[in-house]
Amino acid sequence: MLLIHCPYCDKELPELEFAYAGEAHIARPVDPSALSDDEWRDFLFIRSNPRGTHFERWRHIHGCGRFFNAARDTVTDKFLTTYPAGEARPDISKLTGSKA
Amino acid sequence: MSAFRIAGKGRVNHSKPVRFTFDGKTVQALDGDTVASALLANGIHLVGRSFKYHRPRGILTAGSEEPNALVGTTRGPGRFEPNTRATMQEVFDGLKTESQNRWPSLTMDIGSVNDRMHKLFSAGFYYKTFMWPRSFWDKVYEPFIRAAAGLGKSPTEEDPDHYASRFHHCDVLIVGGGAAGLAAALTAGRSGASVVLVDEQSELGGSLLSEPSIEIDGKDAWSWLDATVAELSGMANVRIMTRTTAIGYYHQNMVGLCQKLTDHMATPPADAPRERLWRVRAKQVVLAQGASEKPLVFDGNDRPGVMMAGAAQTYLNRFGVTVGRYAAVVTSHDSAWYAAFDLLTAGVKVNAIVDTRAQVDPTLVDSARALGIDVFLSSTVTGTSGRKRVTSMTVAPVTDGKVSGGSHVVACDTVLMCGGWTPNLHLFSHTKGSLIWDDENKVYLPHEKTEECQVAGAGRAVWGIADTLKDGADAGAAAVKSLGKSGAAVTFTVSKDRTGSGETHRELPTDGDPGSARAFIDFQNDVQAKDIRLAVREGMKSIEHVKRYTTNGMATDQGKLSNINGLMIASDALGRDVKQVGLTTFRPPYTPTTFGALAGYHKDGHFEITRKTTIDSWAEEKGAVFEPVALFRRARYFPQGSEDMHAAVNRECKATRTSLGMFDASTLGKIEVVGPDAVEFMNRMYTNPWTKLQPGRCRYGLLLGEDGYIRDDGVIGRLTEDRFHVTTTTGGAPRVLNMMEDYLQTEWPDLKVWLTSTTEQWAVVALNGPNARKLLEPLVEGLDISDEAFPHMSVADCTVGGLPARLFRVSFTGELGFEVNVPARYGLQLWEMLWEAGQQYDICPYGTETMHVLRAEKGYIIIGQDTDGTVTPDDAGISWAIGKAKPDFVGKRSLARPDLVASGRKQLIGLLTVDPKTVLEEGAQIVDDPKQPIPMKMLGHVTSSYWSEALGRSIAMAVVEDGRARDGKSVYIPMPNGVIEATVQASTVFYDPEGARLKL
Repeated sequence: MLLIHCPYCDKELPELEFAYAGEAHIARPVDPSALSDDEWRDFLFIRSNPRGTHFERWRHIHGCGRFFNAARDTVTDKFLTTYPAGEARPDISKLTGSKA
Repeated sequence: MSAFRIAGKGRVNHSKPVRFTFDGKTVQALDGDTVASALLANGIHLVGRSFKYHRPRGILTAGSEEPNALVGTTRGPGRFEPNTRATMQEVFDGLKTESQNRWPSLTMDIGSVNDRMHKLFSAGFYYKTFMWPRSFWDKVYEPFIRAAAGLGKSPTEEDPDHYASRFHHCDVLIVGGGAAGLAAALTAGRSGASVVLVDEQSELGGSLLSEPSIEIDGKDAWSWLDATVAELSGMANVRIMTRTTAIGYYHQNMVGLCQKLTDHMATPPADAPRERLWRVRAKQVVLAQGASEKPLVFDGNDRPGVMMAGAAQTYLNRFGVTVGRYAAVVTSHDSAWYAAFDLLTAGVKVNAIVDTRAQVDPTLVDSARALGIDVFLSSTVTGTSGRKRVTSMTVAPVTDGKVSGGSHVVACDTVLMCGGWTPNLHLFSHTKGSLIWDDENKVYLPHEKTEECQVAGAGRAVWGIADTLKDGADAGAAAVKSLGKSGAAVTFTVSKDRTGSGETHRELPTDGDPGSARAFIDFQNDVQAKDIRLAVREGMKSIEHVKRYTTNGMATDQGKLSNINGLMIASDALGRDVKQVGLTTFRPPYTPTTFGALAGYHKDGHFEITRKTTIDSWAEEKGAVFEPVALFRRARYFPQGSEDMHAAVNRECKATRTSLGMFDASTLGKIEVVGPDAVEFMNRMYTNPWTKLQPGRCRYGLLLGEDGYIRDDGVIGRLTEDRFHVTTTTGGAPRVLNMMEDYLQTEWPDLKVWLTSTTEQWAVVALNGPNARKLLEPLVEGLDISDEAFPHMSVADCTVGGLPARLFRVSFTGELGFEVNVPARYGLQLWEMLWEAGQQYDICPYGTETMHVLRAEKGYIIIGQDTDGTVTPDDAGISWAIGKAKPDFVGKRSLARPDLVASGRKQLIGLLTVDPKTVLEEGAQIVDDPKQPIPMKMLGHVTSSYWSEALGRSIAMAVVEDGRARDGKSVYIPMPNGVIEATVQASTVFYDPEGARLKL
């Protein structure tokens, strides 16, 4: 069971308190009607599914209830960092040392 | 005294006899015995039949890796367990054990005919044999396979035991209480770190329990062990847990432990849990799991009496039991020589030591010859004889890997074999730590770590007690250091150590036909060397495929004995280097773990909560029949006398339509949406327009996912300009709130809106029927509820019978309806008040079944029943609920997706059977032409179907391809006993289509 750092509560807490919420940094378009069918399809369904660092959303659903973002390695499952929703994507080369 | 017990020897209590039964016969044992050691003390080797060939099998090991000696155990009434390892089950007075996989008896087993037909049962036998004819799949083959599968019988009674669980945090968790683990614990414990030391055996010591002659710090091994355990037990910062298996190693240094608490007790304390599952989060983990002895692979290596040399040494030294009268040894490792010496010293005649190696430590050879043992180096065993017990083994010389001379027979009642030792890598592998092949020792070793752990001792191929103690102490010191504490590795002086080395082989050379050799690798799954070679010949290139095709390593022991032997043979057959072939994956649990331990407290009422409304007790008293709805239990109907469900529902429907019904609607999800931007938020979330909805008025709300499909619905009341009372489906409330929070927090954080779940704040009683207002009017204060002042779809605060209430005029039945919300604590009081007052109108309590019928008569949909996550508002025929003038709402863009506007979509329609008495089955498939060939093209399926008492006929709703265009046309529902014809009705409304009854 993973320990997850809630950036709002500033505590490492058991995975059981959290809910996964899909890939992060996919903002809902301001004007969906302006999007072509292909662009809308990409927004709805197409996800990066990387091997390695994945930016994803979590919710501290059984705690403070707030959504936040995380960078996690999909091979090791390990969290590299978590940060509040709305913040920019962190620089992963700094988190993983030199190898990026 | 049992025949094979040595008086006074071992760690068993010779002054405390214990009696248990094996296959109904009483067995004399001593306190401290395992079932295996007690059977061996009585000369019993044959304990079971093998899985596939029903070959007689004996006790192979002395530990949890045992593949053969699995027995059924009964620890008292209802406490039967199959497949218990006889090597791990401790004896107590009254324990009953039985052999498995035999009929009618262990010695006379009909299934052993399989062994004579063994050539039919080669690798991949299932895949080749049970292919054709197709009609045999479910009638012949499956029953046959199911009957033959498995070893023990499942228990037939409910488990009377209970199981506990606990969380624990510590600095250092040490897995394994042998020499390495003890040294690590001493080092870590003396540094002041909080330490947990666990071992699966009943006492600490590991291999020291089998090696009493070694001396540590000037004491014999057992005196040193006593002193060490005493010191550790005296440390407040050290917790020792025996009979505790580390079953899995999970992320961030969490290790699962299964602690057996009562399986060894004749009379467990009342209410004691049988097992306790620990979730230990350790800052550092030391894996001191030791190594498992590998069998050698030769013809007849599975006969009862053939066992691991190390196991024989354990039975002798730890339990005071000799495993035979005259033994023969076959080995590729020095350790078996010491086992032979110990047995010989205890009076067992050792007829021969056969070593596969040409070069063996001369001191061992000289010692053996001095003791009168015949020594055969560079030799092989080509076979054994004896059916239910080995009687001899055949030895032949080997040159350049081939038999190079005549063989001869060595008489023996026991064969001790040793093919080297495999480090136990399981827990390390659970962490996805990488392994590296050690070409010198021919073993896989732990390599790159992914967790904060140290590996020590035989688990990383360190051999000999002196080196193991040092390695464990170093691992303990490394763990302490990484905690930022100081603590030097404890040092030890060891004498009379038994160091040694060995070789790893594929199957041993033979002068016979390898195709008829019965040389076993995986004893539990009956996999032989030739099966691996056959799998490779038939095209299995990956070790993972070889494993699955042959089932090697797939039994409950997860290949603890068989993995490396299988790998060596596969590598040879593939002509590829071992390290290129690689190892299969180890997965938790390390040893079989009971469902009880994993479930812990979560059983019966604690498995899943049952939510009850405040009115639930009344329904129970009235004899309601309940059904689960999400986590709630809801009254389904209220039978009177001998009524069945249909009679009760017909009566409840009629009473509600003609006079008055009451319904507990408290389970409906409720969310309050509050704030200056509440109306903007509602406009963005729900399809409907909310801006012009006046406070005090309600509207049906429809919620889509961003993909355009219907997610939820419910009536929404606007209480004030900035406050909405949102209702959701019973099961949908948490999902809807989560979805709202998601959009609010992450897409529209600028909106000033607050969301509060109020589901459990309110108790809700729905009153439906032409007399609803007559009942309510005299009870309501502070509100005019006449049709003019309080029309359909109104909401207001008032008091009802003196209780503070939020009153809705809404209807899910098509009748004049009110929903009275009161604070939950008044729920039962309100219900009883309305029940009393309603007697003059013959008020009828009704349940969810009647609610379903009444709403279906009106064509109101139920999310999740009439929709399935792929239904759009247009599909459901409720496009009127969409605010078309709104620029955007969740899901709006998707309603223009090409697939969602294409023709041929399934649409929700009404269905009327041609025979009005026929009630369709929900879920039944619908076709256009019942005479078309099978497989027919399905047009859709029935989603809701009931007998309508009000209409005197059956009604149904269905999703059907282009359904509305089929208005008035026939469709067909093929059922097992005939085809049913029905007529499509584009509208789903069957009753009171004008809605006149709502306007009373």
